[in-house]
Amino acid sequence: MSIEVGNINKQFGSFKALDDVSLVFPSGELVALLGPSGCGKTTLLRIIAGLEKQDSGKVLFHGEDASARHVRERQVGFVFQHYALFRHMSVFENIAFGLRVRPRATRPAEADIRRKVHELLDLVQLDWLADRYPAQLSGGQRQRIALARALAVEPQVLLLDEPFGALDAKVRKDLRRWLRRLHDELHITSIFVTHDQEEALEVADRVVLVNHGRVEQVGTPQEVVEQPATPFVADFLDLHDHGPAWLIQAKIRHRGFVLHAVDQELRTA
Amino acid sequence: MGWPAFWEAVTAPRVVASLRLTFGASLIAASINAVFGLLVAWVLVRYDFFGKKLVDALVDLPFALPTAVAGIALTALYAGNGLIGGLLEPYGIKVAFTPVGITVALTFIGLPFVVRTVQPVLEDLELELEEAAACLGASRLQTFQRVILPAIGPALLTGFALALARAIGEYGSVVFIAGNMPMISEIAPLLIITKLEQYDYAGATAIAVVMLIISFVLLFAINALQWWSRRRSGKGD
Amino acid sequence: MTAAIALSTARSASTEEPPWVRWCLIFLALSFLTLFLFVPLATVFHQALKKGVAVYLNAIAEADALSAIRLTLIAAAISVPANLVFGVAAAWAIAKFEFRGKSLLLTLIDLPFAVSPVISGLIYVLMFGAQGWFGPWLQANDIHILFAVPGIVLATVFVTFPFVARELIPLMQAQGNDEEEAAISLGASGWQTLWRVTLPNVKWGLLYGVILCNARAMGEFGAVSVVSGHIRGMTNTLPLHVEILYNEYNFAAAFAVASILALLALVTLAAKTYVEWHFGHDERTIIQEHAA
Repeated sequence: MSIEVGNINKQFGSFKALDDVSLVFPSGELVALLGPSGCGKTTLLRIIAGLEKQDSGKVLFHGEDASARHVRERQVGFVFQHYALFRHMSVFENIAFGLRVRPRATRPAEADIRRKVHELLDLVQLDWLADRYPAQLSGGQRQRIALARALAVEPQVLLLDEPFGALDAKVRKDLRRWLRRLHDELHITSIFVTHDQEEALEVADRVVLVNHGRVEQVGTPQEVVEQPATPFVADFLDLHDHGPAWLIQAKIRHRGFVLHAVDQELRTA
Repeated sequence: MGWPAFWEAVTAPRVVASLRLTFGASLIAASINAVFGLLVAWVLVRYDFFGKKLVDALVDLPFALPTAVAGIALTALYAGNGLIGGLLEPYGIKVAFTPVGITVALTFIGLPFVVRTVQPVLEDLELELEEAAACLGASRLQTFQRVILPAIGPALLTGFALALARAIGEYGSVVFIAGNMPMISEIAPLLIITKLEQYDYAGATAIAVVMLIISFVLLFAINALQWWSRRRSGKGD
Repeated sequence: MTAAIALSTARSASTEEPPWVRWCLIFLALSFLTLFLFVPLATVFHQALKKGVAVYLNAIAEADALSAIRLTLIAAAISVPANLVFGVAAAWAIAKFEFRGKSLLLTLIDLPFAVSPVISGLIYVLMFGAQGWFGPWLQANDIHILFAVPGIVLATVFVTFPFVARELIPLMQAQGNDEEEAAISLGASGWQTLWRVTLPNVKWGLLYGVILCNARAMGEFGAVSVVSGHIRGMTNTLPLHVEILYNEYNFAAAFAVASILALLALVTLAAKTYVEWHFGHDERTIIQEHAA
């Protein structure tokens, strides 16, 4: 499902979080919202989910205006930065939650719920943790359970808020490759928020750079690295300082992209 | 005092009736406080309204107001000629000088316990949990039942236990409104005092011992329940 | 940063109840509080002043009332400082040292909260009464504890014992020993450390405990009722005086005296709120910092 936001504005008191933001997220893509903290990227994600209401502007799901739809009815899978797992429920019950709260008419039978939950546990490769409680899991495990829980309701779109932010460096790297593979398998329109340029460039099909509530540039990792549209982008992607552009290049290539000459011109851009 | 004498003292109908009244009324009052205490805590944490700060401060009144003052004030209010009692009397509802009155007084003195134990937990409850539930399609009521209530459950239970313990031992606010009729509206602490005034020290002590044992068992059961629920949900985040 | 703060305080539409639910809940909660709290409080003052200011002033200025006020003040003046010292000592020992029987001490501190005040009073009767353990010896030496001022003071000290200690223990535990160790390493003596480091760190908690302790000391009824003997002008505290007047159907006077106690309660609440405000600004943050 494609998502479109048009002329979104959002203000918190005197602070302008989003300033006339318009974007298109094509169906099936994995997009990164990249920017420094406080730039408005999380707010945009929350507005798309329906957790926050925009002051003005539109959110279109599949071309239809979803602005008036409650978060319950938007069918979004949202993975929170700190996972927000229900700590009094086992891993199984956490994942089953979205199925169990459905109205009686559409609620699956208990056997179907069990099957579905175990499928998801298989998908995130944690089937052996079904009876544990969130407190007994490692950070990376919690992250994957949170993802399985979000996928249980068969969302049209997957939204992830700093999905790797709370993890240590090693787990981060493993998990983001895993997320990439998972996305290649599921092909569900996904948007994730990050302040880590390496993460965005390595994982995403497309990167949206946000600063001070405005979109600075949209493009593939290759495009934004090769042709940073504004000084902010070049600066934020670390392209001129100690800009080891060859490193970024190597990383992007690692993901199957081929990046051509990144030379002196770019460094001085 | 030997065992047979002790048994005889604590199984006397008047003693049994007073114990039943004390524990029964205390359980009802603590339950009322669990429901309304949660409601008050919820409203104070979640909503804004005029005079909220003042209301928040006054919730502790039963802690600060001497129980005897509370007792005579409630009696004056709920007696047949009182402000509230007068409204109820035409419908044949008597509060003062009945077990209902005792429950009213016990509700008054137990009120802050639930509010003050639930309030901080509700304040610290991560908003993300409720948002996650909403994203997964849960209605507000479902979110409350399945996410919020289990999270504040242990605190609610603690508040209930504190209110219950306080109610069981309460004397000052109850004696005025109770009517103190043997077998009907005589609470156990009052019976202890009555026995003391008759210099029946052994009899008074016997009732006290039974009260302590029942209170201890009740509180132990509540603690065990809490330990169990904490263990289930684990600690940390 | 600013956005994060705004997000955490403002509740978004997704987690808010519809307005009609909100107003219903507020209405229900306030109705409950009005019925059980505000109206009873207002009744005290209404009843006290119903027969006019002259009756009110007479009731307060009457000799027995004055002696009750005096006794209540004496009981509080002894038990509050006593429990201040006990409380600081107990909290200091529990929070800063490891020793055998620590959990027993913790349980003992909580005991007065767990036991009915009537039973607390009963324990004193069993100890100091004519048939009690110390009774014969006390009689032989002509020492009066029960049905006399010392009994009232003892009972008050007992029921108010937990307030200061309970308030200080979590605070002192959260603060740990770092600052004390630093002070001692800089050459401070134990006393200097207590006066200059430990106590200043917990001053608001201490004040909070003292306020609650004082309110209970002046208002205690059950335990004092058991040990006092209700001798007018002699062993009557204010709450007991209220009871006597009430039982004599002298309602106006009973409520007049009660209104003094109600005023005391309101002052207590105001002081408590004030302290909490400061508390929130320094000591709670200490606890949170250490918990994090």
